[in-house]
Amino acid sequence: MDRAPAAPVRRRPRGFYGSSNGKKAVMAVTGAVLVLFLVGHMLGNLKVFLGADSFNHYAEWLRTVGSPALPNRTLLTIAEIGLTVAVVLHMWSAVSLARRAAKARPVKYAARVKPQAGGYATRTMRYGGVIILLFVIWHLLDLTFGVVNPKGGEAMPYDRVVAGFAPDRWWVTVFYVVALAMVGLHLRHGMWSALQTLGLAHRYKALKTASTVISAVLVAGFVAVPLAVMIGVVK
Amino acid sequence: MNLTLKIWRQNGSSDRGRMVTYEVQDVSPDMSFLEMLDVLNERLTLEGDDPVAFDHDCREGICGMCGMVINGVAHGEQRATTTCQLHMRHFEDGATVTIEPWRAAPFPVVKDLVVDRSSFDRIIQAGGFISVPAGSAPDAHAVPVPKDDADAAFDAATCIGCGACVAACPNGSASLFTAAKITHLGLLPQGQPERAARAKAMVEQMDAEGFGGCTNTGECTAVCPKGIPLDAIARMNADYLKTASK
Ligand code: HEM
Ligand code: FES
Repeated sequence: MDRAPAAPVRRRPRGFYGSSNGKKAVMAVTGAVLVLFLVGHMLGNLKVFLGADSFNHYAEWLRTVGSPALPNRTLLTIAEIGLTVAVVLHMWSAVSLARRAAKARPVKYAARVKPQAGGYATRTMRYGGVIILLFVIWHLLDLTFGVVNPKGGEAMPYDRVVAGFAPDRWWVTVFYVVALAMVGLHLRHGMWSALQTLGLAHRYKALKTASTVISAVLVAGFVAVPLAVMIGVVK
Repeated sequence: MNLTLKIWRQNGSSDRGRMVTYEVQDVSPDMSFLEMLDVLNERLTLEGDDPVAFDHDCREGICGMCGMVINGVAHGEQRATTTCQLHMRHFEDGATVTIEPWRAAPFPVVKDLVVDRSSFDRIIQAGGFISVPAGSAPDAHAVPVPKDDADAAFDAATCIGCGACVAACPNGSASLFTAAKITHLGLLPQGQPERAARAKAMVEQMDAEGFGGCTNTGECTAVCPKGIPLDAIARMNADYLKTASK
């Protein structure tokens, strides 16, 4: 029997972000920023149910908040930059950790691996993240830039929403619902996972229940808008 | 009972390895899984074949040697059980059982089901100890330890370093093992002086060995023969982040 080769000792992790724990912590913090954004975004969306004026006024407010002390769009631009940075860091860390994981198991098991901890949501994190990203790109082109919106970018926000989710564009709504389901799964695991990563998790049962409930409320709040447009409640 | 076994055979670290099918007859349901393999090996030896190499030592669930992945689950599907404590009564007569070594780059296969777990030793060497001045043993009540801490530290200390956590983790992470050691020492007064340095050194060693990062899947705890809980990992993360922010 020949001796086993020495384990493949890698380059020592350099600095905080070089370590897998550091990357995970960045992921948790950026994920938390994105969750806060989603909560705000969902509440804003629900203004659609208060009518066109209320919704358009809210969209206008996002642009003018802080004025006259600050020029228009100052705070909005800061938020946009912050969110972009968060998404990029989050994904960069995700890709880098996924590659690390692949290297850590070069030979796969021959038997079908039976997950022992349940955790369906856990197994959707990586490909679900990619679906969410594709959706976010479409979503920005549709409702922010109006490039793929029937009314175009010049129309009022409310009209863009109604046109974007029009019944004959049902596939847009389907994509939206699928992507939101992925967001729900992502956060069902992601929210308690982030606390665990930051070393703040206790009482796992309660935490996991809270993650599930908050995710469900978020998904319901987001999905309500396109569904309402599709069935004609919002027009 | 009779079984069909599909076993990973690999003649040394440079061999590519393959799954080989064997039939075993007249297995008693009271045998342990390792005894069932002994029956197979006895026959292979008599037939002039090379017996299946597997690690084992205590055969009473306390040494952590007997790691193997059985039907896709580390130590088999029975919870909180090492392979040596797994009995054949949990299998059905006529079943096909797949047996593979732990799969992780930092656990290279030595032969068949035997892997080299020295990477775990190097994680321990990096900081899994306390530096105490040698001398006569202090009185047992010289250092008071709160009961809850003592219990939690003891639970963490039951880790036998078998490596099932790594084998089961989809990321090939050694977080549960490393966290168990960090928790065991970090909860006790004797472990305080080196607590911060320990977490940093051990986590860095874990990365340097090529283990993957933790994504909190919980697979490790589910297969751990000692049921080390996930909050050990939360504690490790907290200790690591505290040192890293300094
Ligand atoms: C709406 C956007 C997103 C939000 C709110 C979000 C949120 C989160 C949160 C809170 C975590 C937990 C961090 C931790 O485990 O410590 C997480 C993990 C993760 N996210 Fe995201 N994420 C988003 C988008 C994405 C995208 C676009 C990708 C992929 C490109 C992605 C991939 C991942 C992966 C792979 C994990 C780690 C999974 C794990 O811990 O098991 N996420 N995300
Ligand atoms: S042989 Fe010692 S734990 Fe199984």
